[in-house]
Amino acid sequence: MLLYPAARSNRTSLRMLGPDGQPLSRKYYAEKTGRDLDADDVVRGYEVADNKFVIVTDEELERLAPEKTRDIDLKQFVPAGSIPPTHFERGYFLVPEPGSQKAYKLLAGTMEKNELAGIATFVMRGKEYLVAIFADNGILRAETMRFADELRSPSDVGLPKKKAAPAATVRKFEKVIATKSKKQFSPTKLADKQADSLLKLVKKKQSKRGNVVRVEEEMEKDHNVIDLVQVLKKSLGAKR
Amino acid sequence: MAARAIWKGNLKLGKNEVPVKLYSAVEDQTVRFHVLDDTAKKRVKQHMVDPDSGEEVETEEIQKGYEIEPGKYVILTEEDLEKLEPPPSRDIDVVEFLPENTISQQWYERPYYIGPDGDVKTYFAFAEALANKKREAVVNWVMRKKYYAGVLRAVDDYLVLFTMRDAKEVILADQLTKPAGAAPTQKELAMATQLVEMLQGEFDAKEYKDEYRERVQEFIKKKARGRAPRLKPVKAKRQTTALDSVLAKSIEALRRKEKRAA
Repeated sequence: MLLYPAARSNRTSLRMLGPDGQPLSRKYYAEKTGRDLDADDVVRGYEVADNKFVIVTDEELERLAPEKTRDIDLKQFVPAGSIPPTHFERGYFLVPEPGSQKAYKLLAGTMEKNELAGIATFVMRGKEYLVAIFADNGILRAETMRFADELRSPSDVGLPKKKAAPAATVRKFEKVIATKSKKQFSPTKLADKQADSLLKLVKKKQSKRGNVVRVEEEMEKDHNVIDLVQVLKKSLGAKR
Repeated sequence: MAARAIWKGNLKLGKNEVPVKLYSAVEDQTVRFHVLDDTAKKRVKQHMVDPDSGEEVETEEIQKGYEIEPGKYVILTEEDLEKLEPPPSRDIDVVEFLPENTISQQWYERPYYIGPDGDVKTYFAFAEALANKKREAVVNWVMRKKYYAGVLRAVDDYLVLFTMRDAKEVILADQLTKPAGAAPTQKELAMATQLVEMLQGEFDAKEYKDEYRERVQEFIKKKARGRAPRLKPVKAKRQTTALDSVLAKSIEALRRKEKRAA
């Protein structure tokens, strides 16, 4: 199976530019000597005591990493609504590879019919992830999950123990909730207004030449703007 | 140890206000490394350089640009960016209440606990009302010069707030086409249901551990004591396995486990 992120990347990310508009890069340097450091000149250290580090090499991390595999290892099926939502981190659509479409559709159909989610582990970029797999509209989606020790409980945070609430206050709030209740969710209400106004401003400014800088780009640079939805539609709909 | 509140505000409910504090519900467990200078073994600093000349560019000289096409940027000045900042506010405004679980988890970004700031009874009264009515609230607020949208839910007597992704970034399954190919037959579905039932259970987060993180922590501990364990080289990449055989393998493994347990 192939994985595609279920969200586009930040649509308003800005680039740091120099005085002439040239894109800048971030670079490490040694504070004492001021010497610029390349990737070969730096190491990774874990601080065990104040300013005392254990050096861990790339090779060591690679050897500690889980075995590279493209398997999605299903451990369990659970009722789809039973996973506390605090666990969910990031979504990915799963797209069947040639030859596995039948099994994919069967799994998606079975999960949807029985309202189940699959709990699985898989390895991505040298790290093992715990995921919940959901079937939605015949499509499988994996949500990466936070592990139990990555979540705090109310008592970890130090929230007070529950106090009996006055019944009159509860009823007052129930009335407020009833008057502001809707049945349908309109996602447009969730559009980031700040991002929208940033893009609007960009549009307004770009008509004035003084606001725009152009730099020579290397030709090899891959600049194809990928429409993720189109890519997904194409790979899901491909007849194989 | 109690966590520190990251923000204080007022939850606005009609004419009522509930003073609240915001706490992160996430405990970062990432094994954090520092980037060190290879020779001095000291922490390094970072600066911005012009990649062509290698010269450092001072902070005052750095401009911010939005790329409208390859190599073409619209400059946004500090004043521009300041104007885009929302007016400061301490209010968490409710846009609307929806039946529980209306908003897919796909929107959720990060969970926070909402705790009372003083008035404990009013806080628990609202959490109770939200649970009784089986509703979640869509809310808006401004925090650290940024506008947020979120879902507020009652979880075990407390209020949990999830920040939400920008609507224009989320891709939903119904925007996509279903995978090509014939639909499974009733017989196939019945058989698959039987197999899936064998793996069915209740979700218990404690059953799963980040084994890679544990291995790294263990390794660091040993290496700090001066005894780095020898690690085996990585094995060659295994062949890709199709999903059906993965599923079959999982079920086979589980069968064996159950047999052993019996």
